[in-house]
Amino acid sequence: MADATLEHAAVGHGAPGAYEAPLFGAYSKKVGMWLFLASDSLTFGALLFAFSYNRIYTDWPTPFHVASITNATIMTACLLSSSLTMVLGVFAAQRGDRAWTRNWLLATMAFGTAFIVLHGMEWTKLIGEGLALPGFPRPAGAATGELAEVSKNTPQFAATFFGLTAMHMLHVTIGVIYLGVVALRKLFLPILGAIWLAGFLLIPSDNVFHYGIHVLLIGLVLATVILFLKPKDYDAHDVEVSGLYWHFVDLVWMFIFPLVYLMSTRIS
Amino acid sequence: MATPVSVHAHAAPQGFIRKYIFSLDHKVIGIQYFFLALTAVFVGMFLSLLMRIHMIWPTAVLPIVGEIKPEQYLSLLTMHGTIMVFFVLTTAPQGGFGNYVLPIQIGAPDMAFPVLNMLSFWTTFVGFIVIIAAFFVTGGAPLHGWTGYPPLSAVQSAGPGEGLGADLWITSIAIFCIASLMGALNFITTTLDLRAKGMSLMRMPLTVWSWFITAILGLLAFGVLLSAGILLLLDRNMGTSFYVPLINVNGVMMGHKGGSPLLWQHLFWFFGHPEVYIAILPGMGVTSQVLSTFSRKPIFGYKAMVYAMLAIGFFGFMVWGHHMFMSGMSPYSAFAFSILTMCIGVPSAIKTFNWLGTMWKGHIRFDTPMLYAIGFVSLFVSGGLSGPFLAQPVLDIQLHDTYFVVGHFHLIMGVAAIFGIFAATYYWFPKMFGRMMNETWGRIHFFITLAGTYAIFMPMHYLGMAGQTRRYSQFTEVAYQTKLIPLQTFMTYAAIITIAAQFIFVINLFWSMFKGPKASDNPWEATTLEWTTTTPPPHDNFGGVTPVVHHGPYEYGVPGAPRDYVMQNDPATYAAH
Ligand code: HEM
Ligand SMILES: [Cu+2]
Repeated sequence: MADATLEHAAVGHGAPGAYEAPLFGAYSKKVGMWLFLASDSLTFGALLFAFSYNRIYTDWPTPFHVASITNATIMTACLLSSSLTMVLGVFAAQRGDRAWTRNWLLATMAFGTAFIVLHGMEWTKLIGEGLALPGFPRPAGAATGELAEVSKNTPQFAATFFGLTAMHMLHVTIGVIYLGVVALRKLFLPILGAIWLAGFLLIPSDNVFHYGIHVLLIGLVLATVILFLKPKDYDAHDVEVSGLYWHFVDLVWMFIFPLVYLMSTRIS
Repeated sequence: MATPVSVHAHAAPQGFIRKYIFSLDHKVIGIQYFFLALTAVFVGMFLSLLMRIHMIWPTAVLPIVGEIKPEQYLSLLTMHGTIMVFFVLTTAPQGGFGNYVLPIQIGAPDMAFPVLNMLSFWTTFVGFIVIIAAFFVTGGAPLHGWTGYPPLSAVQSAGPGEGLGADLWITSIAIFCIASLMGALNFITTTLDLRAKGMSLMRMPLTVWSWFITAILGLLAFGVLLSAGILLLLDRNMGTSFYVPLINVNGVMMGHKGGSPLLWQHLFWFFGHPEVYIAILPGMGVTSQVLSTFSRKPIFGYKAMVYAMLAIGFFGFMVWGHHMFMSGMSPYSAFAFSILTMCIGVPSAIKTFNWLGTMWKGHIRFDTPMLYAIGFVSLFVSGGLSGPFLAQPVLDIQLHDTYFVVGHFHLIMGVAAIFGIFAATYYWFPKMFGRMMNETWGRIHFFITLAGTYAIFMPMHYLGMAGQTRRYSQFTEVAYQTKLIPLQTFMTYAAIITIAAQFIFVINLFWSMFKGPKASDNPWEATTLEWTTTTPPPHDNFGGVTPVVHHGPYEYGVPGAPRDYVMQNDPATYAAH
């Protein structure tokens, strides 16, 4: 089996001396993750370019107020704390402390989930106030007010806001599922399934997340496939690699928060 | 010969499905990619045949397809371009030959991530099915060309084919991006981490370098196209206006506002220019390998070749603006893009001279792979010389969107890359299928294809300067262009003959696969690692050993060596030369 081949071939997994020293002294999975992050930063880079391009050529509104900023600051704090717990998780894994690895990963997931929930509530509030894309389901009652005006006059504002933050939210969601698979393995599948079902049933159908929650269903299918096709115990390397991903997602937010929120705020 | 360092031998997977369909073996996956690209190239070629026929006989009623309408011409053009660029030129050289040969050439038992490798093939396959589906939905295939410029591509009602067909087109491209990203990641990791002992970077065959650099370009470019495509889908289906300004179609306001079509052009060409190098770099690698092997001489200036490819890759990301000289960019930006574009001419010229230097005073063997490699150099020069013209903003304003550009990029990107693929096919076929291809038919195929290519594409430069616009088929009705009809007719006949000649190739391919004479392990007397193992290679490439490398990749004619070539894993040292 080629997989068995890989076990021997992959640097750091046996057959020492048969290969040239890896160029960056890293084992394949870690190199792979770094490369993925390189390409992903260009994917985000393109979105940020689209954002800046629109911003430069448009009379950009600054409709956000204290409430939004407070909320986004709490979200930022969640992500920052999650990076700390992630680091602690990686340390625990390197010490071989399985219990604390799991605990710290669960804490990271909790912060990540808090971020997503806060973000979702923020979206819902903004959409209710009229900041929406034409393709979104319309909540009951026509919104009036500044955000509704902004959507009408500068469609780029809502488009870039939702485009960038949705892409980031998707990454955080993938991150939570990824950590869940590493920390809990098959135990995570029923939990994920339950969250999806509860979300789908509880979120009203005029809310975008009624549909958006299906990302979890896709994640559930993928996680199931991975966990059943290649059942394995995740080691310290796997935890470290998942940590790379998590910190990257955190880092991206550190660009989005000032660009999308702080720079679109009016202090009255 | 070699001092083998043994690892476990591995049993190959049993059962048809695990062995041939969802295989994890890079060799099987490479062959799958190859046949996918072969299918795609025939689809693309058939579309171009229809286009050429429509141009000179606009009202002809053809069997099966019927009469081609002007807007259908645009659908043919879009699908021709997209299929050729993505599913042929990006798929065969990298996915096909790169997958098959790269791990063997560096002495690895497989790719670093075999499962990812399988996934990237099947994702590409799905992308191909999705784009073909665009033909069969209401409205048919999109009209917006392979570059997909908005607003045409961003508004559903902008024309037939811009509905579901265009959605499928974008979806297919997005799927292709994801597949290519997975592939690129795998290629880079494999090259970094799985080189056999002694295979230092500067001992890697130039083919490996070219696949490696191509993968880096792909890794950085496809992510951008992915984002651009997602935004285009949002514009089309969620009512956003990233790319669409205030616009009305046939008197109906579209509800978009404030977007900029130029944003798409920036994002697209930031991907698009590196993409042309993704198509051509593997061809450069194969050409270097083949020229050296069949000239029985070391490649001239190995290090210069490596640095030239790195320079091409690096500059390739800084020249996208040369596709946008007509967009009203500031003359200062245009100047910068122009200078940077011409900078790429320098490493390109270095490569060309090194190829010529490799052949100079060599004992050249004119086997079919060699003919195609020489053909590659010829096409690369012919197409490359028009590049510096297009790089001048003042000239490009005249030539942009004329047949001059079509001639330029077909020679340098289109057919040159195809010649690289042909050279690779004739060269590695014995290793891949264990039999030799027929030489006589290979040569006949080569000479018809070479002559046909020049007959089709050279006149395009002239047509372009005479004012023939690109992406427009009704020139028989334009007074000043009717004088060009004889030339156009000639090109169409040339296209028919060249396309017919490709059947020589397929028949030769399939016939040789089953009936060709058995190939030895090293029929070309080449030096790189794929020729040290059996033909075809065992499941783990080297039968349970990992080769140890003692020599550079192109040691031909070494004084004191028993033969005129020294294999890379030959442990003996010979007098320096
Ligand atoms: C080496 C491989 C090369 C490839 C594969 C390649 C391919 C292409 C392609 C596909 C286009 C498409 C234009 C369109 O769609 O409108 C193009 C245009 C262009 N190429 Fe190249 N090219 C190569 C080398 C060069 C070189 C060496 C130069 C200049 C020194 C150059 C300069 C240009 C310019 C300026 C354009 C823009 C023309 C226009 O938009 O009107 N290219 N090339
Ligand atoms: Cu270009």
